[in-house]
Amino acid sequence: MPAPDPHILDRRDAIHQALAAVLPADGLITAPDELRAYECDALTAYRCAPLAVVLPRSTEEVAAAMRVCHRMGVKVVPRGAGTSLAGGALPTADSVVIGTMRLRDVLELDLESRFIRVQCGVTNLSVSAELEPHGFFYAPDPSSQLACTIAGNIGMNSGGAHCLKYGVTTNNLMAAKVVLVTGEVVEFGGPEPGAAGLDMLGLFCGSEGQLGIVTEAILRILPRPEGARPVLIGFGDAVTAGECVARIIRSGVLPVAIEYMDESCLRAVEAFARAGYPECPAVLIVEVEGAPEEIDHQIAAIREIAGALNPVEFRESRSEAEAVAIWKGRKSAFGAMGRLGDYLCLDGTVPVSKLPATLKRIGELSAQYGLEVANVFHAGDGNMHPLILFNANKPGDLEKAEAFGADILRACVEAGGCLTGEHGVGIEKRDLMGAQYGPEDLAIQMEIKSLFDPDWLLNPAKVYPLEASAPFRAGKGGAA
Amino acid sequence: MIRHIPRSETELSALIAHQHQTASPLVIEGGGSAGITGEIGGEILSTTGLSGVVDYQPGELTLIAQAGTPLAQIEALLSQSDQCLAFEPPDLRLVLGTMAAGPTIGGVVAVNSSGPRRLLSGACRDHILGIRMVDGRGRILRNGGRVMKNVTGLDLSRLLAGSHGTLAVLTEVAIRTLPRAPVSLTLAVSGLTPTAAQALIAQALATPWEVSAAVFHRGRVCLRLEGPGPQVASRRAKLLRLLGCEVEELEGEASRTLWRGFRDLEMFADQTLPLWRLQVRARDGAALAQRLAELGGEVLTDWSGGLIWYQGAADPALIRSLAPSARLIRRAGLSTARFPAEAEGLGRLSAGLRQVFDPAGIFNQGLMGGSMGAADAD
Ligand SMILES: Cc1cc2nc3c(=O)[nH]c(=O)nc-3n(C[C@H](O)[C@H](O)[C@H](O)COP(=O)(O)OP(=O)(O)OC[C@H]3O[C@@H](n4cnc5c(N)ncnc54)[C@H](O)[C@@H]3O)c2cc1C
Ligand SMILES: Cc1cc2nc3c(=O)[nH]c(=O)nc-3n(C[C@H](O)[C@H](O)[C@H](O)COP(=O)(O)OP(=O)(O)OC[C@H]3O[C@@H](n4cnc5c(N)ncnc54)[C@H](O)[C@@H]3O)c2cc1C
Repeated sequence: MPAPDPHILDRRDAIHQALAAVLPADGLITAPDELRAYECDALTAYRCAPLAVVLPRSTEEVAAAMRVCHRMGVKVVPRGAGTSLAGGALPTADSVVIGTMRLRDVLELDLESRFIRVQCGVTNLSVSAELEPHGFFYAPDPSSQLACTIAGNIGMNSGGAHCLKYGVTTNNLMAAKVVLVTGEVVEFGGPEPGAAGLDMLGLFCGSEGQLGIVTEAILRILPRPEGARPVLIGFGDAVTAGECVARIIRSGVLPVAIEYMDESCLRAVEAFARAGYPECPAVLIVEVEGAPEEIDHQIAAIREIAGALNPVEFRESRSEAEAVAIWKGRKSAFGAMGRLGDYLCLDGTVPVSKLPATLKRIGELSAQYGLEVANVFHAGDGNMHPLILFNANKPGDLEKAEAFGADILRACVEAGGCLTGEHGVGIEKRDLMGAQYGPEDLAIQMEIKSLFDPDWLLNPAKVYPLEASAPFRAGKGGAA
Repeated sequence: MIRHIPRSETELSALIAHQHQTASPLVIEGGGSAGITGEIGGEILSTTGLSGVVDYQPGELTLIAQAGTPLAQIEALLSQSDQCLAFEPPDLRLVLGTMAAGPTIGGVVAVNSSGPRRLLSGACRDHILGIRMVDGRGRILRNGGRVMKNVTGLDLSRLLAGSHGTLAVLTEVAIRTLPRAPVSLTLAVSGLTPTAAQALIAQALATPWEVSAAVFHRGRVCLRLEGPGPQVASRRAKLLRLLGCEVEELEGEASRTLWRGFRDLEMFADQTLPLWRLQVRARDGAALAQRLAELGGEVLTDWSGGLIWYQGAADPALIRSLAPSARLIRRAGLSTARFPAEAEGLGRLSAGLRQVFDPAGIFNQGLMGGSMGAADAD
């Protein structure tokens, strides 16, 4: 991270006073011991307490705090619940965190137009809970949905297990109210389908707090399916499992989820959760949705596809209890891995046909680095989550794990994929951006950043390699 | 009229760099269906020299094609693998009165062209995986890629979809394909007022039976079910029970023909009248359709109320006051702006983005946002 700006650190008290003048007393945190709660997100290897934390309750308060920071030239780190795995909400010592988690009102439910309008501090799960009595749900479902907020989901364009069928956040977002760095409030999108002008909403979604702070959103909602049922399929090798995924997708059956677990993961899960999974190198969990007869029909199709590939086992759930048993291991995978030690969770994505080759490459790298890796991921869309196990107390181990991770991500890009499928770039993948994009591809993105945020005050030192962003941060960016 | 037809991205880049330096405007043309070349100043830049499918992987549901590839060629290729573009892009040549060669995939993406199935499957922009483009300085740029999930950096793929050639020239697009539904079935209910139609549609769409399109036209609501045979059959039975009224059914080719008509707007072929496209909150669709019908003309309500097409002679200022999103698709002599004016802050950001992509302002001058788009001349 760049060194904090000494002029800003010197004016700490003046900044606190200016913020206090525009916010209610309980909306501003300045005490060092309280600031520590905001020193990191879920990428806990990196920590830094900010200058102050602001917790507004309205768009107006967000705008007021932004105006103060803008006037005084102070950097701002937008924050939702802080569950980012990429260090997206990591503060710097000379920044003010503006946290939106107290903006928690449901503003409007329009069942006829099928949308819900919320303040963005609501958690992802609470939106679906709000909709449940009406028979609707909000589709994007990150595994962190109990804690993470709609603001963070928009910030990262988050996905979830169900996005194979329903898409990610950007496909389910209709509008956003955004406070720009000057404190000006703008609306992107609206309650009508599609933008009248340029698709600013599409640009904003996934911009990782680089362009503004979102305070309200309109989310598309869907009727809840009549039912869902998983099947478990075990295979003798990764290549055949990968082939099965491709064939299912091609067949026209559209499962809501296809999850993959490899041998290391299965072993850890078995020891931890005793899910009773078959002993084999690769397991798929495929979930389909619909009325009972529709589910039967889809499962029959999947059975036929898998059958042609000689699976070690094909386990169908015939009751709610059996369905829960099939999901049990997958759902406890992260917990199980956690028991084995510290881990880094990667997020590279590859074309589905490249899954087997990429898994093989990861295995080779694992041997080369001498670090164990487990694979558990959303196979249907090629979104891999290799978990690299390391020991944080062993000097050099974190660095080794990070180098291993960088090699995996480079391999994903080489296979025609990308660095991050749903977690975002943050600081974690910032310096790898050059592996995916050329200098000009990055330059145009930074020119757009400069349009929204000419002084680069928003979410400093994230997403773009520092060397590449230096001219822009110095106000000299752009080829013009 | 000068007409450039570059044969490669590099050639295109050199051409644009030159136009940039000399600040010479260009009108970007795909298939030419829009028929806007006459009303925008500049030399024509045709993308038809950048044509061909680069890669198609049915097992990954991905297609990569150069921007000038005819949509018809892509659809023929996909149908060999029983796949399709789920967003159902229309062919509006009949409506626009241009007898051009037919839409190109670049033109489809540039206008975010989406048909009736947008209701269930999303718009064109929701199916784009990545793009290649040349900006107004001649820089060859890439964004996104070829995988379904990708949050690496700013999402310019969605920004370019629907930018109507005012930011950059698309040279290649990667798009998600989907299996084509084997069965198409339409349930139609006639003799409805707009309000009754709206209620019926809302009722059908509150169910999990995945109605893939819902339109209202001349007193008739049409609902479409698509999918494997057994699934469509069971959903049909349930919908019929729910609706509990007299329902006309169309199957197979009859159903497909009906929806092709709605998709391509066959009822709007009268070249002497302007054609407007209005986007509104779905719930407000019925009232607006009613109001427009009273003004005289032909009205089609799609996307369960969210999209209204209006062919008629009503005053443009009145139309824009009824729906600020109103877009003039066919002029028929009107000199009013094609696109609506934007709110203050938004307009400044849009202008700023055009400045970033195209600093000399050479692409499709004034089509969107600029002087022509900013205010109503009438
Ligand atoms: C156990 C676990 C499982 C996870 N599973 C998934 C998963 O399945 N899928 C997935 O996609 N992610 C997953 N994540 C990652 C994370 O939960 C998501 O990125 C989530 O969307 C972050 O939401 P948040 O509210 O915690 O945001 P934060 O972590 O606080 O912020 C995330 C980013 O958004 C920006 N931001 C926050 N609020 C605003 C705002 N108001 N305006 C503008 N920008 C803002 C931040 O600056 C930051 O860049 C997981 C994380 C954990 C810890
Ligand atoms: C004002 C206006 C608005 C329209 N809005 C819609 C709409 O919302 N939905 C819809 O389905 N149809 C719309 N159309 C009709 C659209 O032109 C046709 O749907 C057509 O199929 C698009 O394909 P094409 O290849 O013929 O493109 P063309 O008609 O040649 O071009 C369409 C637009 O896209 C631009 N364009 C074409 N190719 C590229 C490229 N490679 N890179 C960058 N820009 C390019 C053109 O400059 C033009 O503005 C609109 C037409 C007009 C005149």
